[in-house]
Amino acid sequence: MSAATPTASATAHTDEHYLSMDLLRFTTAGSVDDGKSTLIGRLLYDSKAIFEDTLENLERVTEQRGEDNLNLALLTDGLRAEREQGITIDVAYRYFATPKRKFIIADTPGHIQYTRNMVTGASTANLAIILIDARKGVIEQTCRHSFIASLLGIPHVVVAVNKMDLVDFSEARFNEIVAQFSEFASRLNIPDIKFIPISALHGDNVVDKSDRTPWYQGGALLYTLETVYIGSDHNHVDPRFSIQTVIRPNNDAHHDFRGFAGRVAGGVFKPGDDIVSLPSGLPAKIKSIHGPEGELAEAFAPMSVAITLDREIDSSRGDLFAKLNNQPVVTQDIEAMICWFSPKPLNPAGKYILRHTTRETKCALKAVRYKVDINTLRKQTEDVSVGMNDIGRIHVRTATPLMIDPYKRNRTTGSFILIDEFTNATVGAGMILWPDGGDRAPTDQFADMGGL
Amino acid sequence: MSSYNLTHLAQLEHEAIFVLREVAAQFERPALLFSGGKDSIVMARLAQKAFAPARIPFPLVHIDTGHNFSEAIEYRDWFAQDIGARLVVRYVEDSIKAGRCQEEKGPNPSRNGLQTITLLDTIEEFKFDACLGGARRDEEKARAKERFFSHRDEFGQWDPKNQRPELWNLFNGRKNLGEHFRVFPLSNWTEMDVWQYIAREKLRIPSIYFSHTRRVVNRNGVLLAESPYITLLEGENYEERVVRYRTVGDSTCTGAVESPAATLAEVIQEVASARVTERGTRADDKRSESAMEDRKKAGYF
Repeated sequence: MSAATPTASATAHTDEHYLSMDLLRFTTAGSVDDGKSTLIGRLLYDSKAIFEDTLENLERVTEQRGEDNLNLALLTDGLRAEREQGITIDVAYRYFATPKRKFIIADTPGHIQYTRNMVTGASTANLAIILIDARKGVIEQTCRHSFIASLLGIPHVVVAVNKMDLVDFSEARFNEIVAQFSEFASRLNIPDIKFIPISALHGDNVVDKSDRTPWYQGGALLYTLETVYIGSDHNHVDPRFSIQTVIRPNNDAHHDFRGFAGRVAGGVFKPGDDIVSLPSGLPAKIKSIHGPEGELAEAFAPMSVAITLDREIDSSRGDLFAKLNNQPVVTQDIEAMICWFSPKPLNPAGKYILRHTTRETKCALKAVRYKVDINTLRKQTEDVSVGMNDIGRIHVRTATPLMIDPYKRNRTTGSFILIDEFTNATVGAGMILWPDGGDRAPTDQFADMGGL
Repeated sequence: MSSYNLTHLAQLEHEAIFVLREVAAQFERPALLFSGGKDSIVMARLAQKAFAPARIPFPLVHIDTGHNFSEAIEYRDWFAQDIGARLVVRYVEDSIKAGRCQEEKGPNPSRNGLQTITLLDTIEEFKFDACLGGARRDEEKARAKERFFSHRDEFGQWDPKNQRPELWNLFNGRKNLGEHFRVFPLSNWTEMDVWQYIAREKLRIPSIYFSHTRRVVNRNGVLLAESPYITLLEGENYEERVVRYRTVGDSTCTGAVESPAATLAEVIQEVASARVTERGTRADDKRSESAMEDRKKAGYF
């Protein structure tokens, strides 16, 4: 590092505040008719995440297309085919920050044929915004979006009752919708639901509290996004750590270093802990934990670390560390809800490649228990053909054992994808209900999102 | 329980490290595309952390247009040596000489598009099966649709309408012979995150990111640096301005911004109050509404 290096040294200055902000990932599902694009546009615009050149470009394109109102959907429709057809095909990710938090929006199209995009966007979200048109109330689409939020285990849901201006900011209408939704949601598994009356077009209760809803006691939408408690969204109870790769420097300075690199999927790991490596069942003690900023006193989800042990044990990619007294189920039989992505329907007698944590194995479908009617949430047991965008319950048998938890308990050790052996395409996403080969299909007429 | 919470920058860091390790585990011959620009510097730093105390288990690769800023090139060579990484450089000039592609015509012929050919040739030469890139989703609207693991067919092409769904942290890097992946560990980072990380890690960056005096020509609102590769049009003149760069690409299509920001703190302040996107200085994106999408489909970075 001579003085002649063509660099300028970074000063130590850092913005303490910026560095201490946390991160909320949320998803919005809905169609343009719901005012979803208007809502996102407003959040981005009011938080100054839309730049002038982007806005000018938007104005220019809107004018070219001969449209009157600024078409905020053009902000998120990034692909040529999307702009041409005026539809959103794919999940678009958007970023903005307020002085309190950073946000990642997974903006997903709401049409039934894009269920797979909603599922994709929901898989990593802390929170879902479900838009309801105040004039229409709870409709089939609302049910579908809520079901997916529940199925994918999104901990927080904000029901934004939009277009309140078109119902004269009526408290009675709002309460009616709250009651409708609550009745429906009692069959779902959503731990935290909030209702907010808004007008995305006029900005009521979006960024600032509106004086046109004096009867509404809660905060504006942005305030809710900034303050919802996400500290317990990860599992910090059951220690789980899947090995990605083994780091062996093979140099003089670190001759004996053997670090098991991976991401904590649950619980807390500390040096000195007694762990067990699965599926072998070999025990060991943690010697040290190395994070991006050096050695750590503890590691928790979703940290990427390297763990060294007090003895040499045979562990490699795909193996999992747990605690002696808290272990996942090791099994080859899995009951799961599956969302199908491929135009080629699920083959009930088919073999697929299953990827779970860092483990990949072949698997065979053993049964399709039922398909979900996504609008009524009822089980269909007669027609169980699972095609693109369908959701169903399956029983899978894997070629090698997996270390699993129910999805409800852990979104990382409870999820998997299915891959087509020949095309290598990702064809399905699975959420583990329970490791059970038996006939535990419940008799209730409704699908198992509540049972997840 | 409340102590088990990571800041947003830490979350992005842990996520990127996870992705880098997946690449090392799932592919046989990965490469890290390194230009000496700020994003690739941050990515290389994360790769160091991902595999520490071992060295980065893949080479740094740079496709040199021959029109790059000398400050970035000198930085590139210094950096590779400093971290003890293997550096592979391939030149667009050689592709032109070999007749693989042709120089553009016009007053500022750009070699930006030609890089794609050299890059694909390099991938074939070394049989790279995964190329790590520093692209971010907040940069440009076609990139907002990009996956972490982005599949490329045997011709290096991207098919945006037929991308693999990416759920949770399950990345599907399976491919057939001749196909490869582009992987973007910084997908969820914003320009501000990159600058804050540079500050937090006290990373050295090429001097052209800071304010300096340079002779530039104003062409359609883009301030292009004086260089032998630019022909002045009638009425155009070079003039001295106090500028810096927000992105570092090919000098024939990367514009400077007028700025007095001479320190990292001042740059961060400027980014925080910027009202124009980072790629607003890129003449290559201004060619059409779908310029980036079209280049990406063909195999661009």
